Amino acid sequence: MSAAMEVVGVATAQRTGKMAKGVAVHIEGVTKVYETRQGDEILALERTDLTIEPSEFVAVVGPSGCGKSTLLGLIAGLIPATSGRILLDGAEVTRPHPQTGVVFQSDLLLQWRTVTENILLPIEIKRRHTADYLPRVEQLLEQVGLQGFDSKYPTELSGGMRQRVAICRALVQQPGLLLMDEPFGALDALTREQMIMDLQAMWLSAGNTVLFITHGIEEAIFLADRVIVMSPRPGRVDLSLKIDIERPRRWKDHIDPRFVDYVAQVRKIFEAKGVLTER
Amino acid sequence: MATRQSKARPRILRSVLENGASTALAAVLLIAWQVAVPLLGISEFVLPTPWAIIARIWNDFALLMQHAYVTGLEVVFGFGIAVLVGVPTGLTIFYSRLFEKAVYPLLVALQTIPKVVLAPLLVLYLGYDWAPKIFLAFLISFFPIVISTVVGLQTLEKAMVDLLRSMGATEMQTFFKLRLPTALPSIFGGFKVAISLAVIGAVIGEYVAAQRGLGYLQLQASSQFDTTLSFAAVVVISAMGVLMFSAVSFVESKVVFQREEAK
Repeated sequence: MSAAMEVVGVATAQRTGKMAKGVAVHIEGVTKVYETRQGDEILALERTDLTIEPSEFVAVVGPSGCGKSTLLGLIAGLIPATSGRILLDGAEVTRPHPQTGVVFQSDLLLQWRTVTENILLPIEIKRRHTADYLPRVEQLLEQVGLQGFDSKYPTELSGGMRQRVAICRALVQQPGLLLMDEPFGALDALTREQMIMDLQAMWLSAGNTVLFITHGIEEAIFLADRVIVMSPRPGRVDLSLKIDIERPRRWKDHIDPRFVDYVAQVRKIFEAKGVLTER
Repeated sequence: MATRQSKARPRILRSVLENGASTALAAVLLIAWQVAVPLLGISEFVLPTPWAIIARIWNDFALLMQHAYVTGLEVVFGFGIAVLVGVPTGLTIFYSRLFEKAVYPLLVALQTIPKVVLAPLLVLYLGYDWAPKIFLAFLISFFPIVISTVVGLQTLEKAMVDLLRSMGATEMQTFFKLRLPTALPSIFGGFKVAISLAVIGAVIGEYVAAQRGLGYLQLQASSQFDTTLSFAAVVVISAMGVLMFSAVSFVESKVVFQREEAK
């Protein structure tokens, strides 16, 4: 299994020149056991190995309880591993890495801060001069189609706009690693489609490493260089699927025979594991 | 255009009616009171007219203000100390599990004692001067401040804390950038309850033993069957309560983010 994981992200090579900023992720035999209040132990993730190349876009797809969010929490340095270790550019993760930006399922914007002030939060936390980053904020807002919204408050924005701001916040300090935990899960279908296209464009220009957690098989295949399929109880990696469709991908690639075949391969795993059943 | 106007007019009318309704009702009640007292032949020792009360406030304004000053200071100090002690107590309960386990049940148990019944004891221990009134105002306003602080801090989503941690925030940064702003609306809710209670505490303290203050003045007036002055004191105490409440609301409007509704 471990050998199968260490597939080199070939797509990386396709984007020459922009790959310097990505962080390499090495997950080595990581196990996570949660203890419930009753003292029971829950095995959330079992001896998982995973390597993500610098500037690779990896999507993890799986049902609830497969340990994918746990995996993200571990890489983000938010929860400690029970055993095994996680390396970011060779350095073991013991706390949140300064090169990491995280986007969660809900936007988690601070109500009392304007759009700009929300995006500058990581800069403030790192005690840097926020004024130096104002052009960067402008540029990000323009990229996500929110120019002119800089002094609005979150309550004045739609759900999709808010999640865009959350993505800008994660990207403001140009992180080498972007972790996204079901970022489009709470959005309506049309907004999600637009966000998927925008995310691809942003990633192509930024060139950072991305770990993208999702329930959506098609979303994962469309966005990623490599799709990791996980199944629950205990959480483990079942398949690492390299997506060989050239970039930038177009929405019509959904009906490309290769795309259809990738979807079928992922579904087969879920059917075998009893995650999906046809009656 | 014509239809738009005809729709707009009832809406304006309704808003005028709704906003003026309470004022109008109060005016009607006051007039009814004013007319009913002489009409029913009620003695001014029993129930003075509103006009007589207003006239009395005007005539004895200096006296009333002299006592209001005393009561006001008691309220401000009692409430002020309750804020200075209550908020840190709330913070400690939130941050320390041991402190919560040790102190919280005790606080809740103490809260079940009606504070006003402590007034005679406070006089016994603290004397006749400022101390028992301030202490009573403090005691009665302390608990809502502690509770609202703890509740306000607990409302925070865990994911929010994770977000700040993922940015590498220290607990100090998390507190000032996230926890405190999230808790402030609840904390100010507690302050507003507390300031109203503090007025009650101070006046009750004065009822028990005092040589000054609106509670003392009212008690004196009642014992001399000066019902008009007693009512005048009631009006001034109420006005003071409203004033204190407005002052807290004003600070709140400056400090707490007002939730703007979407267009």
